[in-house]
Amino acid sequence: MYDVAKIRKDFPILDREVHGVPLVYLDNAATSQKPRAVIQALSDYYERYNANVHRGAHTLAIEATDAYEEARAKVARFINAPSPENIVFVRNTTEAINLVAHTWAVANVGAGDRIVVTEMEHHSNLVPWQHVARMGGAELKLMAMTSGYELDTSDLDELLTPATKLVALTHMSNVLGTITPVAEVVAAAHRVGALALVDAAQSVPHMPVDVQALDCDFMAFSGHKMLGPTGIGVLYAKEEVLEQMDPFLRGGEMVLEVTYEDATWNQVPLKFEAGTPNIGDAIALGAAVDYLSALGMDSVREHEVALTGYAMERFAELEEVTTFGPSDLSVRGGVVSFYMSEIHPHDIGQVLDQLGIAIRAGHHCAMPLVRSRLNVPATARASFYLYNTEAEIDALIDGLNQVLRYFGDAASKRA
Amino acid sequence: MQLPSELDDLYQDIILDHYRSPRHQGLLDDPDLRGEGFNPFCGDQVVLTLGLDEAGRIAEVGFEGQGCSISQASASMLTGHLEGKTLEEAEGLVRTFKGIMQGGEFTPEQEDELGDIVALQGVKRFPIRIKCALLGWTTLQDAIAAYRKTHD
Ligand SMILES: Cc1ncc(COP(=O)(O)O)c(C=O)c1O
Repeated sequence: MYDVAKIRKDFPILDREVHGVPLVYLDNAATSQKPRAVIQALSDYYERYNANVHRGAHTLAIEATDAYEEARAKVARFINAPSPENIVFVRNTTEAINLVAHTWAVANVGAGDRIVVTEMEHHSNLVPWQHVARMGGAELKLMAMTSGYELDTSDLDELLTPATKLVALTHMSNVLGTITPVAEVVAAAHRVGALALVDAAQSVPHMPVDVQALDCDFMAFSGHKMLGPTGIGVLYAKEEVLEQMDPFLRGGEMVLEVTYEDATWNQVPLKFEAGTPNIGDAIALGAAVDYLSALGMDSVREHEVALTGYAMERFAELEEVTTFGPSDLSVRGGVVSFYMSEIHPHDIGQVLDQLGIAIRAGHHCAMPLVRSRLNVPATARASFYLYNTEAEIDALIDGLNQVLRYFGDAASKRA
Repeated sequence: MQLPSELDDLYQDIILDHYRSPRHQGLLDDPDLRGEGFNPFCGDQVVLTLGLDEAGRIAEVGFEGQGCSISQASASMLTGHLEGKTLEEAEGLVRTFKGIMQGGEFTPEQEDELGDIVALQGVKRFPIRIKCALLGWTTLQDAIAAYRKTHD
């Protein structure tokens, strides 16, 4: 049985009050809250076995190295990677994508080549490719979105020419909640000899993800959106791809043998982890993965589908509010972006904050999508996670009714 | 649940009135000065145009914008205080307002001079909104700086 009340007790922050009322945290697409087990793993490392990894033969160093490598193995199992060696620890999704852009892409994307992304990308999976395309003389093409906010795959075959070297797509839009048909796009990319990179920042935290089933060549995600700490993220890549790639940063830890003139590289994935890594946060990410695995990602997804369905029903009661995103819950994550023409999202967020409700207002790091496709200056966004409840969605809807009344009253006072 | 009264300090009637019915709407066709300001944090945008008379005083003002109530109301209020001022005087006004947003208090003389703008004081209690309130004002500053570069 999925017991939300019990789960909530694992998250100390959910007890806090904001402006004298209980916190209702609905900004999970930005970052998730952390369970006690993750916070504990972090302090355990610093209190009991803090040491550098992969060097030194003392007990603490061995314990730290074991814990760090065990975290890598946990992450690998979590996304069904063939081996821990497919997992490179980085800071976050953005760094994972930039690592690929600065190494693989520099070597493999050149003049006349093509990179394909979707209209729904977060800036993290758009701006690095703009740079690669500009530097290499390649073209950057867009996969469109349907009027129902799903990914339009109808012209995949025209879009993916033999000149295409990379298809980079989001697995779940952080603005619309849209879940894209990754396996289909990856297969199409492979048919023309292109590689595929998946921005899984919003999918890995919220649903079961199997990199072998998707067959993607790269996947990027962030620890902080999946109950882990900030400062730790993951690049998954197929082993043969990692083997061929040049290092990103050079220095200690990533080398095998160094002379005054030259150096050889350590084995994969250490080749990509130059310098002392973020040991404590990696270990705590391992604890986050344990927590998610114990709940079961199928159950997490099921809980969020139910919450999202409930939220969509309740939002439909608000005539003044437009929501964006697919209506089919099977291709929709727990994200509801909404807009009221009379009240700017920032003002909505301000009033909700006074009621203890945390949402996000703005363009959500997807400026072209919000401004040129949704055609609004900004949206307000509520995003759910495994500890949210229907009562919290009720609080949000009540809050929005108060927002409407507040600004409506202010207007009528003058009229 | 009850909305706290603090909000009324932020959203004073005069502010919401400027938000709904911005003054000096529409850009001038052939402005002497033009500035564009953008706040990437929340997507607020202001475009400001000014026309000068022979004596170099601000004769005409036009603005357009998109964004939250605070950014748009503040810009609208600003436009009401520019006509007849020299660029130096306008800069002085911006300096005064910025100083107050960044922690200073209005003197009684300033309150008299600034009138409705005093209502924006409530924004100070909501630090993340100060940037919104300043957008129109920094846009004016940038427009004057750009004008000086080509006209001095
Ligand atoms: C879809 C998507 N991609 C990439 C990112 C960037 O993640 P990070 O800021 O952790 O690098 C985010 C997070 O905001 C996201 O939602």
